[in-house]
Amino acid sequence: MSSREEVLRRVREALAGSRGARPPVPRGYARRLAAADAETRADVLALFTERVADNRAAVRHVGADEAGTAVAAALWGREAKQIVVPADLPFGWLAELDGVRALADAPAVDLDTLAAADGVVTGCAVAVAQTGTVVLDGGRAQGRRALTLVPGYHLCVVHADQIVGTVPEAVGRLDPARPLTWISGPSATYGIETTRVEGAHGPRHLEIILIED
Amino acid sequence: MTASSPGTTPSSSGRSGPVPAPRPKFAAAARPELADTRMRRNLRGATAALRGREAAAAAETADWEDLREAGRAIKDDALLDLDSHLEELERAVTEAGGTVHWAADAAEARRVVTGLVRATGAKEVVKAASATTREIGLNDALARAGVTVRETGVAEMAVQLGEDAPSHLLSPAAHRDRAEIAELFRRAVPAAGPGLADDPEALAAAARAHLRDRFLRARVAVTGANFLVAETGTLVLLESEGNARMCLTLPETLISVAGIDKVVPTWDDMEVFLQLLPRSSTGDRMTPYVSSWTGVTPGDGPRALHLVLLDNGRTRALADEVGRAALRCIRCSACLNVCPVYERTGGRPYGPVHPGPIGAVLTPLTRGVESAADASLPYASTLCGACADVCPVKIDIPDMLVHLRGKVVESRRRRPVPTPEMALMRGLAWTMGDPRRHEAAVRRGARWARLLSRGGRIRRLPGLLGKWTEARDLPAPPPESFRGWWDRTRA
Repeated sequence: MSSREEVLRRVREALAGSRGARPPVPRGYARRLAAADAETRADVLALFTERVADNRAAVRHVGADEAGTAVAAALWGREAKQIVVPADLPFGWLAELDGVRALADAPAVDLDTLAAADGVVTGCAVAVAQTGTVVLDGGRAQGRRALTLVPGYHLCVVHADQIVGTVPEAVGRLDPARPLTWISGPSATYGIETTRVEGAHGPRHLEIILIED
Repeated sequence: MTASSPGTTPSSSGRSGPVPAPRPKFAAAARPELADTRMRRNLRGATAALRGREAAAAAETADWEDLREAGRAIKDDALLDLDSHLEELERAVTEAGGTVHWAADAAEARRVVTGLVRATGAKEVVKAASATTREIGLNDALARAGVTVRETGVAEMAVQLGEDAPSHLLSPAAHRDRAEIAELFRRAVPAAGPGLADDPEALAAAARAHLRDRFLRARVAVTGANFLVAETGTLVLLESEGNARMCLTLPETLISVAGIDKVVPTWDDMEVFLQLLPRSSTGDRMTPYVSSWTGVTPGDGPRALHLVLLDNGRTRALADEVGRAALRCIRCSACLNVCPVYERTGGRPYGPVHPGPIGAVLTPLTRGVESAADASLPYASTLCGACADVCPVKIDIPDMLVHLRGKVVESRRRRPVPTPEMALMRGLAWTMGDPRRHEAAVRRGARWARLLSRGGRIRRLPGLLGKWTEARDLPAPPPESFRGWWDRTRA
């Protein structure tokens, strides 16, 4: 008997007599934000901003026409010289880079180049206000997963309409067939005295630019 | 017992290979730990901090009880149809380009993973923390096959460098303080040098520098998984450092080892567990990183994905109608942080696999209670109930401990020579079965007890009873029993 058959046989034997009709899973938990947190769209954005800050990431609100300036200012602030970006990043986001070289990840840059880069700029698929999270699914403007992992600095541009209130709303919007990365703040470790310390293997700095239309 | 001792199940005994030394009983293993005041202070600090964060995170969520109830029900549903969910999972993973392997016990899982690593020709693997690979003794097996294993979490690195056993599910080096970790790093991480400061930022940076190149060159990685979504074949892993992300995206071959109990039926179920697990384990609203992957994605991540599904006693737990609920466990470690016993003994006396209250039930459920060490675990508790109160999937650990104590007694009852406890209990039953015998025994007992007492307290009982007074004093019995007093004054 193969191990597969053996494990399945053990499962069936263990469950013999225990199956039967079960009540449906009680899903009385909140799927949306409480009314007080989400009376207006501005409340949701404010909650997102607050929760991102709790995760020790910086967040800046800009208008649609200021995205390029804000991206450039953030990179200058970090004294970035060379960054890597997904090949399909909106051109406008990089329009004002003066003195910062942006290397498109097409063809894919090698890991050493990626590790030597001063940062990476991406978009996201969904963002979650309640937890201050951005979720990347490898779709438009996000690139492969290594981009937002290897460099020490990640600048993520979020459109206001990508922000949902809660985790259930985000799960509903995402396609699990794509590789997903949920990012809530910079890399952190709990390994030393079980307290959260920012900075481990992933990016040590996460900044978010929130484009309000 | 070291961290990498091979886990064994009854079914794997009798096979050739290293025979692990018998593990001491919980109480014996706990004694040296209790005497280590530095470890106790470190652990107390760690658990108190986590306890506070968890409580705050749960209190912030108005629907916490609804989430717990949903989490409980989803896991129960998953377990009660586990066979069909596993088959569905296998189908979905295969369709997405992954390969599923089944391992009935630890030895088979070791064989499968070692074979997969050998087939790649790699001499080194990077590994993200996983209790499941510790359970199967994977590191030793790979070392014997000539493969170097790099633990990549900061705490796992400290445990590996110190040739130490992990003490906490979430933070394996919780028993070490920053000074001890810095000392380990100074000795074993050449790049860190003797001048390494012992502040956490410097230590995290040293770990980052030490492992960076190894991540970039790694061809094979081994990880665990927190959840396996049957419907879609998706593996989900929560972490905070990014080392698991490195493992699951950079190498060409990814081998993920997960227990069959990690299955949840649908993708939508993740909306519950992505809220329950972070808040219960670190008190974060969300873990810094959550990764999910379904098979392989061209141009992004490994080219080969192997999922090793491990039984190793889980079906044994599944067959126990009371104990089955322990398989709901999502390994958040909340029960460790509230346990008064764990806080004083640390994780190591619980054995090599799962520490704390959940370990005290999972280990005997999956391995049985034949060995004295496993049989001692259901007694490693005060039954205070704090663990059941915080469990995000509502596992009634105290109830299960009592159930397992019953199993231990049952298994001992069948032995030809009764245990001293059993003989004592039989004698007591005989004595208490008759009022005259009982009264005579009480009179005699009270006399003896008063002889043993000093200053109104009994500090040590003789012989076998001595264990009971090891950690407590007894008040001396009064000169007259209640019954005696009643007869004298009311008759």
